[in-house]
Amino acid sequence: MTALLVKIVLLGILDALAVYALFIMLGLHQWVPLAATVLITGLVNWIYLGRGKRLPAKYLTPGVIFLLIFQVFVVLFSGYIAFTNYSDGHNSTKEDAVSSIIQVAEKRVADSPAYQLTILDNGGAYSFLVTDPDGAVKIGSADQPLKVVPNATLDSTGKAIGLNGYTTLNLSQILANQSAITAVRVPLSDDPSAGALHTDDASAAYVYRSDLQYDAKADTFADSNNVVYVNSGRGSFATADGAKTLSPGWKVDVGIDNFVKAFTNQQLSGPLWRVILWTFTFAILSVLTTFALGLFLAIVLNHPRLRGKKFYRVLVILPYAFPAFLSGLVWAGLLNPQFGFVNQVIFGGAHIPWLTDPMLARFSVLLVNLWLGYPYMFLVCTGALQSLPEELEEAARVDGANPWRVFRSIKLPLLLVSVAPLLIASFAFNFNNFNVIYMLTKGWPRFTDTTFDIGSTDLLITMVYKVAFGQGGARDYGLASALSILIFILVAAISIIAFRRTKALEEIN
Amino acid sequence: MVTTAPTTTDAHTSGNLPVPVAMTKRPFSFRRWFRDTGWRHLIGVIMAIFAVFPLLYVLSASFNPGGSLVGSNALFTKIDLQNYVNLFTNPDQPFAMWFLNTILIGVVTSVSTVFLGALAAYAFSRMRFRGRRAGLLSLMLIQMFPQYLAVVAIFLLLSAISNVFPILGLGSQLGLILVYLGGALGVNTYLMYGFFSTVPVSIDEAAKLDGASHVQIFFTIILRLVAPILAVVGLLSFIATTGEYVIASIVLTDPSTQTLAVGLYSFVSQAFSNNWSIFAAGAVLAAVPVMAVFLALQKYIVGGLISGSVK
Repeated sequence: MTALLVKIVLLGILDALAVYALFIMLGLHQWVPLAATVLITGLVNWIYLGRGKRLPAKYLTPGVIFLLIFQVFVVLFSGYIAFTNYSDGHNSTKEDAVSSIIQVAEKRVADSPAYQLTILDNGGAYSFLVTDPDGAVKIGSADQPLKVVPNATLDSTGKAIGLNGYTTLNLSQILANQSAITAVRVPLSDDPSAGALHTDDASAAYVYRSDLQYDAKADTFADSNNVVYVNSGRGSFATADGAKTLSPGWKVDVGIDNFVKAFTNQQLSGPLWRVILWTFTFAILSVLTTFALGLFLAIVLNHPRLRGKKFYRVLVILPYAFPAFLSGLVWAGLLNPQFGFVNQVIFGGAHIPWLTDPMLARFSVLLVNLWLGYPYMFLVCTGALQSLPEELEEAARVDGANPWRVFRSIKLPLLLVSVAPLLIASFAFNFNNFNVIYMLTKGWPRFTDTTFDIGSTDLLITMVYKVAFGQGGARDYGLASALSILIFILVAAISIIAFRRTKALEEIN
Repeated sequence: MVTTAPTTTDAHTSGNLPVPVAMTKRPFSFRRWFRDTGWRHLIGVIMAIFAVFPLLYVLSASFNPGGSLVGSNALFTKIDLQNYVNLFTNPDQPFAMWFLNTILIGVVTSVSTVFLGALAAYAFSRMRFRGRRAGLLSLMLIQMFPQYLAVVAIFLLLSAISNVFPILGLGSQLGLILVYLGGALGVNTYLMYGFFSTVPVSIDEAAKLDGASHVQIFFTIILRLVAPILAVVGLLSFIATTGEYVIASIVLTDPSTQTLAVGLYSFVSQAFSNNWSIFAAGAVLAAVPVMAVFLALQKYIVGGLISGSVK
């Protein structure tokens, strides 16, 4: 009974939320998400209200929904964004871009008469109450074009100073909200090219009109010097020779342009190849060094008569227990060229550029990742070594093999069979090891031959992050997505090849 | 056990020493000791220093009243708790909030992850259905791709969700948790599946004969028997969530909603050298709970890690 009750209540909550979301999406004309919501909600209801064969689905659905939305869908969505010019300057529709271009180019119409102005407040939104040069009283706000208002309060000079339902701002209120008031733009009509009222001093408003006139039929902009900007077909208006572009642009599909740009743009292709090469180098060397050190330590400390074995074990796995994002920052402090402990104390005040010289920075990153990663390999190898049957070693000893030979010919091959899947997983992990790189060097030292924020220790994933969300420079979501698709392809190819060569997949039954 | 232990010792002693009986009576020889276990101690000590040194350095820096990076180099010369006080009193870095946010997001995510993963693992281990093998294989492949590879799409998806459900969109901790739950199955189901399969099916069948429904079997019998793996998965998920930077940094923009990873990073990168000691104090406080739990449950975690593929 309780189970049924819980089920009904949970389904009820889900359905209520879904209906609520449907109404909002209906209002926003978001048809695709709307269809998806209907489909998912319907499916969930169907699964949980039915009987019999749907039993496995009842257990799988909750996790699978999250998996589909936030792991599978986002990958496909990345694939879509990779083929658009989505970026800071191209993040909206063409309509929005046109009205934004018109507004940005607005200038005061020369010698235009002043509108006497009173600032009104209505629940935090400012309105302009203006008395135009002919004495007509009008009101308007950022969202509401100017319209005539009949019953305003007038002062002795005929200037409107108040209106029912609105509060008139006094001088101190105006002073306190100066920047908000000067930013208000009251359109004269629904047509964005008609112009708008702006004020500098809150006592008089002037007509501003855009220097750029939009011709909807020809789909062009023209400025007062008769320079014509045409739709470039790439989500922006530009002069015919491409020399000048209007900002902002809008989002359009650009095909494989992002991929072409990544590999042919002079600023980008050289650094990108270096980053790809370094990503592979970093991942391979990280796996090799951590595995070698972890295995070595496991062998050294896995000795029946070694005293204090447990004590050593706890100490050497401590780096694994320390949060990884902090490790990068702590090592960044230790290795700081000017003030860090390593240079100041261990190297007696030397100025070794651990994090600023391209090659040394790469070495440092590998060293720190070794510190972070060997305990895992140590744990795994210790476990694997202990599970190897003793008889094998005994038999080999009886046959006269020395310890090295036993290790080389018997233990290592057996060990590799069991840890190979973990080594592949470790490779994939290090291929995208964002935290250690970003916290330690931020991908720097920067390459000198590009204006992009890319450096010697950047991995593909840190490059994606900086292209999409970096400070300074445009946020180019399209290019970043193209790069992350590249990572997907590389990781997928490597994993498939690697797993095919191990037996990991055969164990699933 | 009783019978195997002596034989293994014999195997080693007879391999290394020609006269095993005389071992205890022979005078102490440094060279022999060193060749046998001494060098292992030497390596153990060197590695222990390599492992522990950075941690001691942070601890020392957190006690250093000077506050700067260069002042932190004289280890443990001054012990002062002022940095810890500053950590909680300076409004520029709401450390207490970061700490609470991290715990909240970590606990909610890991508990939900365990629950979702256990549901799926139960289905995979106890039921036979079409697409079962394909499902397990895809989960195994999906775990090769960390979620943050699609960080751009996640950002744009959340900003779209902001228009419909602002409470789940950009800037929302709940939204971030939902995103993290997308990774719940990929990483953990496979681990749990292995463990679930070690519980004998006869237990289920006995319960079924007694009239228990599948829900009762799952909640009252199976979940209790697999508790160790639930703890391991929960802890691994907690550690992964609390250390996650990429997605958290783009979703949580308001400082008071941020996690330790995002907050501490932006705090220390503003003025690296000057904020060093306060950062160190924050790092110590952030690391101690995780390390304590990790070391306490070490045995189980290691078992969980290894059972993933080493058999």
